[in-house]
Amino acid sequence: MIRTPLRPLARILDARQKGENPDAIERENIRIRHEEMRDAARRRAEGRLVVLAGFFLAAFGVVALKMGSMAAVQPIEPRAYVDGNPIVAQRADIVDRNGRILATNLSTYALYAQPPHMIDKADAARKLVEIFPDLDEERLLKDFSGPRKFLWIKKKVSPEQRQLVHDIGDPGLLFGPREMRLYPNGRLAAHILGGASFGREGVSSAEVIGVAGVEKAMDDTLRDPSRGGAPLELSIDMTVQTAMREVLHGGMRLMNAKGAAGVLMDIHTGEILSMVSLPDFDPNDRPRPLTEGDAADSPLFNRAVQGVYELGSTFKIFTVAQAMELGMVGPDTMVDADAPMKWGRHTIREFQNKNYGPLLSVTDVIVKSSNIGTAKMALQIGPTRQKEFLSKFGVFEPTPVELIEAAGSAPLVPPKWSEIVTITASYGHGFSASPLHLATAYASLLNGGTRVSPTLIKSAHVPQGERLVGERVSRAAAQMLRKVVLDGTASFGRVPGYEVGGKTGTANKPIKGGRGYHQDKNINTFASVFPTDDPSYVLIVTLDEASDNSGQTPRRTAGWTAVPVAAEVIRRTAPLLGLRPKIEPLTASGVTLASD
Amino acid sequence: MRLLLYIVPGIALIALAFWAYSENYETQKSLQNVRDLQRQIGAEHATLAILKAEWAYLNRPERLRDLANMNFSALGLLPLMPHHFAGVDQVGYPPEDLGPLDGTITLMSETLP
Repeated sequence: MIRTPLRPLARILDARQKGENPDAIERENIRIRHEEMRDAARRRAEGRLVVLAGFFLAAFGVVALKMGSMAAVQPIEPRAYVDGNPIVAQRADIVDRNGRILATNLSTYALYAQPPHMIDKADAARKLVEIFPDLDEERLLKDFSGPRKFLWIKKKVSPEQRQLVHDIGDPGLLFGPREMRLYPNGRLAAHILGGASFGREGVSSAEVIGVAGVEKAMDDTLRDPSRGGAPLELSIDMTVQTAMREVLHGGMRLMNAKGAAGVLMDIHTGEILSMVSLPDFDPNDRPRPLTEGDAADSPLFNRAVQGVYELGSTFKIFTVAQAMELGMVGPDTMVDADAPMKWGRHTIREFQNKNYGPLLSVTDVIVKSSNIGTAKMALQIGPTRQKEFLSKFGVFEPTPVELIEAAGSAPLVPPKWSEIVTITASYGHGFSASPLHLATAYASLLNGGTRVSPTLIKSAHVPQGERLVGERVSRAAAQMLRKVVLDGTASFGRVPGYEVGGKTGTANKPIKGGRGYHQDKNINTFASVFPTDDPSYVLIVTLDEASDNSGQTPRRTAGWTAVPVAAEVIRRTAPLLGLRPKIEPLTASGVTLASD
Repeated sequence: MRLLLYIVPGIALIALAFWAYSENYETQKSLQNVRDLQRQIGAEHATLAILKAEWAYLNRPERLRDLANMNFSALGLLPLMPHHFAGVDQVGYPPEDLGPLDGTITLMSETLP
């Protein structure tokens, strides 16, 4: 840079000649220089401001562009980083305790029509009726020709039917994808699973909702996407369920019963391994509920859960257990059982007017099923304590099992628990409960005396429930039930290799809408436990209006009807449950050396 | 020298532009590939679901029972009874040491009354 001197010699000499002050020139030059410096500094500062403003503009511009693009652009799936891609069905599968499928989904198609796009409406209607004979041709043609722009024709079509509809070649016939609920085992666990149908429907998809049973009770869980399609594991064992259904079905036919129910429960966890109610239905094609008549006659009726019956003498063991728990009696104590017994204007009799008295041991009260013996014990216990004891076993409130029907089937309990109710309740009359209630109560009594809660969901660990009776009482009760099978009313309940104990119950059905009881219509129940030396499972078998006609006169007691059926169920299912039969070891065959 | 300083970055810029261009296409190709694979996995899952349903249908206990009944005698089946089960301790093993077989042999059944 060429600096201009502050005192240029030429101008100084010139100024001196003219007699001017040369310092003025210097001051003038300093001023000019300062002005130049000031201008340069300002320009630089202004430039920096422009650059800074540019930076800010760029930065805010980027933010604004990003915001604009985020707001305006369609979202896209992050395709580059997705690990795996399980196509999660909208409804989880249901499997049994060993992972075998009970309910699954199948993709299928729904057929709909858009009449404005149809070409030959009459021909299409005719050909559709050829494919689907249940459609009405006139009705179809009327719908196609009317003002409607859209109509559903079929909710589910098979791939073959879909191809046939394609072959019609009408552009107005269209398909929407559907997910369909499939129960591959048909009737096997019909009442447990319930069934499913479509909820809200759109063209490209439809909601699948449960309509009964586990499907409805666990609807939210089954449709919960956060489970990632994990199947719902039930406590049911499919092989046991099959054996039980087969035996009950055969038993129902042999015993001329109109219905049968069976519940098999794990005594310690309350898990229901099998629950059958007959007659049953195919959940793939769920029948409509009855609009008239008795709902209990519909195959949809779940006798094991909804059927509240007077379960009869099976409840005697609870009276005896309470008396033992209170320390009033022991298994060998002799109690008064003199029949008949008068109470006010009521007369209590034994079966067929027998008299087992005057004195009977507590064990024999159960073995011989003495009404009087239990009634006398119940009177000693008193109404308040008896009601409290029974209510702890959960027989007065709906079972908490995961079925939508369970909550609606409350046991029938008399409003006032008078002394006559105490007497009848002691042998299981005067109040009604379902077979599932009975199974739960038996499990709670015989598992060592702690309360269990019935469940259909497989549970890894169940905490021990509230203690209801002592272990000693629980063991004694199991031994008494064993005696019933060995020497008592349930002698048909003997199963080779397994120690079965149980109590029969025969109750006359109350006359519908009237007073009193049918003499020839019974509910026969056998409540059993096996093996009695280490109780593991409780089995309840109930037959509705059963009678064994093989003898001279029809025999309608549980001992002749429900017990043999239950014994066959145990014989078939116990090996499946992994219980080893007790078999005497074979003697070893061998040779002996004569020289020894 | 100064010319070189201009040319080298210029060439580098063009080369990088080509690289970025090709990378872009590679990425798009990979994404397309991923999408195809995802679609394929989805289709396989759907097939798997159908096969599982079919397996469950063909293995339904009712059908297996009918098949077992049909082939009962052909396969030499027996109805399952409790005495068909045994523990290892219930098996009658022969005694370990028989000794030399040099004397007269009497069968155990002959010694029994």
